[in-house]
Amino acid sequence: MNTEFKDHSELSDIFNKDEARVDWHDETLWFVRAKRDKAAHGIPEWESLREAASQIKNNVLSNLHDYLVEFEENARKNGVTVHWAADAAEHNQIVHNILKEQGVNRLIKSKSMLTEECHLNEYLKKNGVEVIDTDLGERIVQLAEEPPSHIVLPCIHKKKEEIGDLFHEHLGTPAGMADPVFLTAAARTHLRETFITRKAAITGVNFAVAETGEFVVCTNEGNADMGAHLADVHIACMGIEKIIPKRRNLSVFLRLLTRSATGQPITTYSSHFRKPRPGQQMHLVLVDNGRTTQLSRPDFRNSLKCIRCAACMNTCPVYRRSGGHSYHTAIAGPIGSILAPNLDMKEYADLPFASTLCGSCSNVCPVKINIHEQLYKWRQVIVKEGYAPAKKAMAMKVMEFTLSSPFIYKNAGKAGRWFMKHAPFTVNNKLNLWYDHREMPEVPKESFGEWYNKNVKND
Amino acid sequence: MTNSRAEILAKVLKNQPELQPLPADLVTVTHYDNPIENFKTILTNIGGSAVNVPDYQSIQDYIKTHFPNQRIVSTLAELSAISEQGWENQDPHSYENVDLAVIRAHFGVAENAALWITEDLMHQRAVPFICQQLAVVIQAKDIVETLHDAYVNIADSVYGFGTFIAGPSKTADIEQSLVLGAHGPKGMTVFILD
Ligand code: SF4
Repeated sequence: MNTEFKDHSELSDIFNKDEARVDWHDETLWFVRAKRDKAAHGIPEWESLREAASQIKNNVLSNLHDYLVEFEENARKNGVTVHWAADAAEHNQIVHNILKEQGVNRLIKSKSMLTEECHLNEYLKKNGVEVIDTDLGERIVQLAEEPPSHIVLPCIHKKKEEIGDLFHEHLGTPAGMADPVFLTAAARTHLRETFITRKAAITGVNFAVAETGEFVVCTNEGNADMGAHLADVHIACMGIEKIIPKRRNLSVFLRLLTRSATGQPITTYSSHFRKPRPGQQMHLVLVDNGRTTQLSRPDFRNSLKCIRCAACMNTCPVYRRSGGHSYHTAIAGPIGSILAPNLDMKEYADLPFASTLCGSCSNVCPVKINIHEQLYKWRQVIVKEGYAPAKKAMAMKVMEFTLSSPFIYKNAGKAGRWFMKHAPFTVNNKLNLWYDHREMPEVPKESFGEWYNKNVKND
Repeated sequence: MTNSRAEILAKVLKNQPELQPLPADLVTVTHYDNPIENFKTILTNIGGSAVNVPDYQSIQDYIKTHFPNQRIVSTLAELSAISEQGWENQDPHSYENVDLAVIRAHFGVAENAALWITEDLMHQRAVPFICQQLAVVIQAKDIVETLHDAYVNIADSVYGFGTFIAGPSKTADIEQSLVLGAHGPKGMTVFILD
């Protein structure tokens, strides 16, 4: 795509040039994280919900073949046309063919990370089809000709003044107008006009029920419904891992999804599409695009349990301070850093290193994916396969060496503390990727081991 | 064209791990002292409003006061005195200028103020989304506690389209400022019949 490849730390450098913005980005996402905590704490049985969700998804992955066949059969009985796409290219062709058959060259799309992953918009544009994204955040980044920087909050990196400028240029709002209520109203008018005039609508899928052949789409804005119920053709695109066995399993996932995402008790609309309305065509595209490969990797397969709530991003100290675009992939943050190397280990070799491995992601994940452990495992795979960025490979080797010997570990710590106290620049310099742009913590005078020996052992 | 279906299914079969059991269904374990009050509080928090009414006459009176001189459509025969007649079976695009749509829900959910509505209650699927304001009528006895109870109620009922609606359409995409009325209704009134 881009000729000049920049990795996560270089892209973060760009984002980090504007410190005030980084602070603002960090605080905004932490605010969302805090709302998630409040919502989760409001449900005393939260942990049993997470456990149930995790187990249901484990069951799905272990029986995916049969569930896919069952889902397809039921969807067909419901009058839905089911398509299968091995990869992004086939997915895009299938969508384009449906549009060609209908003679449609303008369509609307509600949020679908899968179509981002497949770069559907670019593909259709090249083929003369105009796509208008209808989720407000996605429309904003589309006008800015940028990809979304967050899977739930696509334009979280943008200030309202920048959005005001974009709307002034494209929608004719008054110059300098940056009031969110005013701007949302302008977008409503503009997008309502598009809803009324487009004959085809694409939506994503949050959950697809094997038992009934129905699929569920969750939005707050109502844009998926506005699109689908007014269009003659509805195309829903989903990764094959979105299947759940029974309709009643939805109670577990719908209780978890939005509380984890934004702290809301549920999205405004949780729409269950089962049959096309009379006279309407409904298509469903099931996409693999690397998912069966991830399924074959025991260490990484349960990343396929993800329900795309983004809690792991909101809580991630690296994501919050480096911004979604620094991940140079459709799905940013901790989960994206596990999914991307599966698709291209070389191109995304840097991403598993974009983490402090603090484990906060795994703690908030509603389906209990061991995110930080998988990031650590990817590092090992990537180093072994020879894809690691040189500086990181060296750091990993030193760490391995240090940790492998208790003597060296003890003294390495001592030396490190001495260096940080007396010559912090040797640690906080350009060669040390970890401390690049980070405040160094205050140095403890003694290590835990020394403290323990002195204070506890002597008791 | 290659047979992607067969290829994908073969890969899934080869790569899926050993069968893991489906866990037992969850049931509601935390109970509300007053589910109706909880429903009302949550609905208010998410931008809707709840109105307790003794009968349909009170609903009509409320609508007449709060939505005067507006285009009102309803699927409820009880409200025919205040709603447009013969609005059904039009092109769904024509409902774009409906100011208020009044429909019924099967039940409401106390934990999140969601209302379960299937297409037979909407007349046309677009109606609850395209109207400027939505009002929904439910019976007080039809408020369940959690989504677990909700799916017990839904069970294996057959519908072409069904949705949970919780409050008015909203977005917080611009700097996390909550704005009601993104694409769909700007407001939502729930009439709770005692
Ligand atoms: S990995 Fe977990 S926390 Fe992250 S988006 Fe997926 S479900 Fe949410």
